[in-house]
Amino acid sequence: MTAINLDHLSANPLLPEVKDAMIEAIRADYGNPSSQHRIGDRAAEALDAARQSVARLINSPTSKEVVFTSGGTESVNHAIKGVALAHSDRGKHIVTSNIEHNAVLRSLRRLKLLDFKVTSVPVDEYGRVNPADVAEAVTDQTILVTIMHSNNEIGTVQPIEEIAAVTRERKVIFHTDAVDSVGVIPVDVQKLGVNLLSFSSNTFYGPTGVGGLYVRRGTKVWPLLDGGVQEHNKRAGTENLLGIIGMGVAAEAALRDMDRRIAHASGLRGKLMETLPQYIDGFIFNGHPEEVLPNLVSVSIKYVEGESIVLMLDDEGIAVSTRSACAAGALQASHVLLSIGREFADAQGTLVVSFGLENTEEDVIRFLEALKGTVKTLREISPLYNGEAVNE
Amino acid sequence: MYSETVMDHFRNPRNVGVIKDADGVGEVGNPLCGDMMTIYLKIEQERIRDIKFQTFGCGAAIAVSSMLTEMAKGKSLADAKKISNRDVAKALEGLPKNKLHCSNLGADALHQAIQDYEARISGKGKAEPKRKETHEHTHGDKCYCPYCDAEVPEGETFCSACQNDLVEIH
Repeated sequence: MTAINLDHLSANPLLPEVKDAMIEAIRADYGNPSSQHRIGDRAAEALDAARQSVARLINSPTSKEVVFTSGGTESVNHAIKGVALAHSDRGKHIVTSNIEHNAVLRSLRRLKLLDFKVTSVPVDEYGRVNPADVAEAVTDQTILVTIMHSNNEIGTVQPIEEIAAVTRERKVIFHTDAVDSVGVIPVDVQKLGVNLLSFSSNTFYGPTGVGGLYVRRGTKVWPLLDGGVQEHNKRAGTENLLGIIGMGVAAEAALRDMDRRIAHASGLRGKLMETLPQYIDGFIFNGHPEEVLPNLVSVSIKYVEGESIVLMLDDEGIAVSTRSACAAGALQASHVLLSIGREFADAQGTLVVSFGLENTEEDVIRFLEALKGTVKTLREISPLYNGEAVNE
Repeated sequence: MYSETVMDHFRNPRNVGVIKDADGVGEVGNPLCGDMMTIYLKIEQERIRDIKFQTFGCGAAIAVSSMLTEMAKGKSLADAKKISNRDVAKALEGLPKNKLHCSNLGADALHQAIQDYEARISGKGKAEPKRKETHEHTHGDKCYCPYCDAEVPEGETFCSACQNDLVEIH
């Protein structure tokens, strides 16, 4: 029985063309892009080509606005802490949402230790921020608004353009964590109107350990890393050229294949959501019905706990993810699921299924068949289940 | 991350179910904590003649319940009372530290069920279920930060080692 990976949000395999490019790059013995000699020039050319590919993916007007980082987490930390440090003389207030990723949450928590104040706006039952709430939260002390582009647990996509209209009018810097969006759905930094945008290479089948931060020209951000003048003086340290070359190739492929990939993922998502009721009862889909990532399904299954489901499905060769507190190791129910109004017990039974390029409708059916048995077994053990389950 | 024994008890849990005419019932845990466990006892001559469980929880919680019922079955009440959370974890060949924490319910549920039985035969009626309460660390088990594994004091809501907020009920 072949294994089925329905947990692409955790890790994507490298595209074959990305592997080829990286192997070739290893063999090419590139030098340091900052060097003044020919060995360095070749490296600088490769770096520049990758930067242009990545800039095209997010429609950045110039490749100079793309900073390569070590991944989404660094990009988010750089954006938030870099703005906070560079603008603390103007104010120490930051606005965010209730459903951000830990990279954002914990960066902000760290800043609170330096006397920054944070206002977190709520989301509706689908996980959407109301731009009017952002407008209300912004004060004359606000230096930054940071709201994610799409959510990594429920897939909801935020009204970024409308929020950007607010931040533009109030002259506040706007960062969006687009780690799960870039390379999956069209992301156009000019259309969005953001100052800063974080993204990751592995989301679109590039290598891990490399990501990007879009910094719109004129946005003052302190570097996290000081040293040399790499990355237009925004991120010191000799570049991870192998990773960056891989990311560039992955970006080209993502842009080229985006429509096809969206159609493929949407088809699988639709199939799963339409067919699930034939296999189990007592579940709630999470996320916005339309403004949502095409490659993700979040479902809360009643009376059962997520880690148990994941372990049992794994025995059948199927990989999915859960947002149960136990599995997260954090012993806390997901703040995202609680924010959209899920009960604690329902949040505990939440699975996140994320599709990738190799998945088929047969994978979806095999997953559903295995899920049916798993849920039945676990409900028989559960003290919460009395033999009936109702869909909400 | 789990031992072979844990996975065996998780995959093939022993003594699952309900005893309809149970002599004692113990209910512990709450969804905030992540786990809920119910233990049913059938007592004959101060001995556990039959024991069943129902558990809502992670792999560790299910394995703990299963192992606990195996250990308690046939024991005198006096001996069953001596079973600690630590004994169960040991029989399972250990649990990850942050799971010890969350799966400590097992022995608590058993002791609760025995208390319930004793209350019934002494005519005091059914003992109050502990569902709404925090489980107690009465058997010497310590609390560990789920983020950095540092030992944290009972009831602490902030880990001074890694500066993370901890869940209020743990």
